[in-house]
Amino acid sequence: MQRIRTICLLCIGLLIGLGGVARAAEIAIACSGLGEELALCKHGVQAWEKATGNTVKIVTTPNSATARLALYEQLLAAGSHAIDVFQVDIVWTGILGPDMIDLGKYVPHSVIAADFPRIVEADTWHGKLVSLPWFTNAGVLYYRRDLLAKYGLTPPQTWEQLGREAAIIQKRQREAGDSRFWGYVFQGQAYEGLTCDALEWVASYGGGTFVAPDGKITADNPNALKAIAWAASTVGTIAPEGVLNYEEEDARGVFQSGNAAFMRNWPYAWALAQSPGSPVRDKVGVEPLPSGTVGGPHVGALGGGNLAVSRFSRHPAEAASLARFMTSYAEQKYRAIHGSFNPTIPALYHDPEVLKASPFFGTLLPTFEGAVARPSAVTGRLYNRAAAAIFDSVHAALAGSLSPRAAVAQMARELERISDNGRW
Amino acid sequence: MPPRRAVATLARRRRLTAAAFLAPMLAVLAVVAVWPVLHTIWFAFTNAELGGGPADFIGARNFISLLADPQWWRSVANTLIFAALSVSVEAALGMVIALALNRRFRGCGLVRAAVIVPWAVPTVVSAKLWAWMLNDVFGIVNAVLVGAGLLAKPVAWVASPRTALVSVVLVDAWKTTPFVALLLLAGLQMIPADLYEAARMDGAGPGRIFLAVTLPLLRPALLVALIFRTLDALRVFDVIYVMAGDNPASMSMSVFARQQLVEFQDVGYGSAAATLLFVLVAIVTVIYVRAGGLWQEA
Amino acid sequence: MNRRALRRWAAAAGFRVLIAAILFYALFPFYWAVVSSLRAGSALFGTSLLPLHPVWGNYAAVFRAEPFARNILNSVLVATLVVLISLTLSLGAAYALGRLRFVGRRMLLMSILGVSMFPQIAVLSGMFALIRRLGLYNTPWALVLSYLIFTLPFTVWVLTAFMRDLPRELEEAAIMDGARPLTIIRRIFLPLLAPAMATTGLLAFIASWNEFLFALTFTLTNSERTVPVAIALISGASAYELPWGRIMAASVIVTLPLIALVLAFQNRIVAGLTAGAIKG
Repeated sequence: MQRIRTICLLCIGLLIGLGGVARAAEIAIACSGLGEELALCKHGVQAWEKATGNTVKIVTTPNSATARLALYEQLLAAGSHAIDVFQVDIVWTGILGPDMIDLGKYVPHSVIAADFPRIVEADTWHGKLVSLPWFTNAGVLYYRRDLLAKYGLTPPQTWEQLGREAAIIQKRQREAGDSRFWGYVFQGQAYEGLTCDALEWVASYGGGTFVAPDGKITADNPNALKAIAWAASTVGTIAPEGVLNYEEEDARGVFQSGNAAFMRNWPYAWALAQSPGSPVRDKVGVEPLPSGTVGGPHVGALGGGNLAVSRFSRHPAEAASLARFMTSYAEQKYRAIHGSFNPTIPALYHDPEVLKASPFFGTLLPTFEGAVARPSAVTGRLYNRAAAAIFDSVHAALAGSLSPRAAVAQMARELERISDNGRW
Repeated sequence: MPPRRAVATLARRRRLTAAAFLAPMLAVLAVVAVWPVLHTIWFAFTNAELGGGPADFIGARNFISLLADPQWWRSVANTLIFAALSVSVEAALGMVIALALNRRFRGCGLVRAAVIVPWAVPTVVSAKLWAWMLNDVFGIVNAVLVGAGLLAKPVAWVASPRTALVSVVLVDAWKTTPFVALLLLAGLQMIPADLYEAARMDGAGPGRIFLAVTLPLLRPALLVALIFRTLDALRVFDVIYVMAGDNPASMSMSVFARQQLVEFQDVGYGSAAATLLFVLVAIVTVIYVRAGGLWQEA
Repeated sequence: MNRRALRRWAAAAGFRVLIAAILFYALFPFYWAVVSSLRAGSALFGTSLLPLHPVWGNYAAVFRAEPFARNILNSVLVATLVVLISLTLSLGAAYALGRLRFVGRRMLLMSILGVSMFPQIAVLSGMFALIRRLGLYNTPWALVLSYLIFTLPFTVWVLTAFMRDLPRELEEAAIMDGARPLTIIRRIFLPLLAPAMATTGLLAFIASWNEFLFALTFTLTNSERTVPVAIALISGASAYELPWGRIMAASVIVTLPLIALVLAFQNRIVAGLTAGAIKG
């Protein structure tokens, strides 16, 4: 009896072991679950599985970019092969570069040349193509077309105008009985999203990008101060105090449920706002973010996602193939139409089907082409810390724990300390 | 065998037996607790990074930077305030609940079970439950308070720096008051009923009885509850991280250390912060143990 | 009604109100979670106390979006293993600490208790290096190993306290007969301590089930996560405006078995918590 049991166990063990060898490759991909992203990821994954006969496991990651990076860093530091393909933010090239394989060796040059050159450049680290461009992002302003029309207002061109209009709409809506209505929602939590919002405010006032491309700290200047002061003045007046804890989805939740007049967010929110059952369907307009002064620059922060392959992956060739498939022309077109994710291939911006689904891809093309990058290239491995210095100080100003002047000074001081006085 | 040698051999055999039984447990503890802590303290004196690579000894540089870091001191202040507030609230509420449960009434078993439930639930779940109820736009707490006229407009409980710590204390208190209540209840049940009788005979009102009879006899249980809760509060991580993330206004020392360690990959600096926290908790433990006379009881 | 009777009635009524307030305080958040989990879309923002049109979509969505069943299994596996290992190691240790007299016994006991006071973050970086070297990263074994840091001291402390309270005569007879310590433990102490071990095991199980920081650090991919991490990381992937419905559904799924445990073993839990503190 004992012996039979042992033999059975051995057989089972052998079968499991052999099964592992005979199976096709199983690739694990970590893609974001923001908005529609998970469904879109599944679409691409299933198509690739059918085409190649391999299987794919999707790993979900936190929505917050900061938390997601922490997850990746732990995994890579442990040399784990648990995830093969990573969805990485465009600003993580310098941080994760050392742990990713060179995709330039797996993807023909012609494919890479079809992408926006600026994005390919941002994805290159020490000559290595760290990730394949998947979608690009620039912050945009969403507004309630119906409410602006109702109160005879036009889409704002400056931040001050936005402030005035938001206050008017909020007051009138509340008088009409909508007690939960607010004028303006954005990403105010102390995390990477706030770095983007802050960059947009500051750069649109002509205040620079916190760290110049040569490494010099430019955070403390009068224009930056004006920008931060304006943003701080909105909290509690036209923006709910809870905005201090909002990420992308929280702001979208308030706007999409019909409780806000203006929202700053990424383009992905458009597809969701237009989805059947959305309370604000066909009532939303999209425009470039306002500028600080009349005629000044309209700045959207450059964001975007790419796909990278870990150097600890056990199936680099298959993983690279999956990454290439997911970032192909066909997949990017699908994502543009069904999720309003901006493609990284210029040709797609002239595709009629894409433009029909998201008209603002055409009208806002200059915004996407001119999006301002965060200082990740110059800060390299220290980008995390620099971003934390930026968003912590801005958050303090928004929350009122520091005056805008003190916040800007603190930001500059911290950046100097981290960079050893500009020597990143 | 002469008696003295017999006793000596017996003692030696007892020591060996004790060693044999303790060895496996101590070995595991050494691997799981002692070695990692020592390693962390070692890291604190190096410039190690999370991704591995060479870690050079840099002396006390991490500690010096830490003591000059304003965010570290903010975290220390947050932690101390959190500890003071949560322990006081839990002691007070726990006392009320314990006194109520001490009265044998019909269904007190069910009430006790209901009171234990918040303690049994994961901190993450309780943090999410309360974060939803305290939501600034859609939460029920704001809806009720504004509807009842107690608030002029909704408050962003978790987001606003003024109320962030208070919200976190509230959630922590909700979850751990049961523990304090149970300890105090056990202590109350050990007080003989005739003491109350005697005091009542002397004409003492409920207030006087509480101060003169109950509280002094409850001192050991209260002290134990305070020790455990204070040490837990100083080490707090879960509730603050899940509710408020890396928000600098509510960041505790544990959250700060983790941010340095995991998000900034600076193992040296993060370990230095963790070491300081460790030292603080050790000092507080020793003070409490000495003051509470636990040393004698062991 | 005379004044004394009135005062007594008022006191009784006041007491009832107090008990009701305590019950409300302890249980309302769960009730609200259940109500919220049965709502979807814009109905989530409603503040009516009763679920007027219950919707079960959130529960299905929880299991669809993540391998939640697998997460629950992970939690059960880890907690069970940790409890078994802790109890096995602690029994012998409790015998040594509770029944044998040797130099440094008190110091050792206090040191073991001291270990349970270690901040988890103080152990994290050292533990991360250890887990990485053992190749246990992103497996439940990493958690089984690391959880021992707080379950072992607790089980040793409580079992020692119970062991000390057992009368001396029990083993004296066995020692006279020349029985070896292992036999004494197995034959005499184990049966007597069984209730205490069940209690301690239960408390250690709940503590392991609820642990968050180590689980967040050492198990990252969906299928390896335990329940607390899975709930904390529920992504917002929903066509609806807010993911709270699903978060509440997941919370309810996790809470119900724990409530059942508490109701079934209420007395044990209370005894265990107080024994560790008061007796020790």
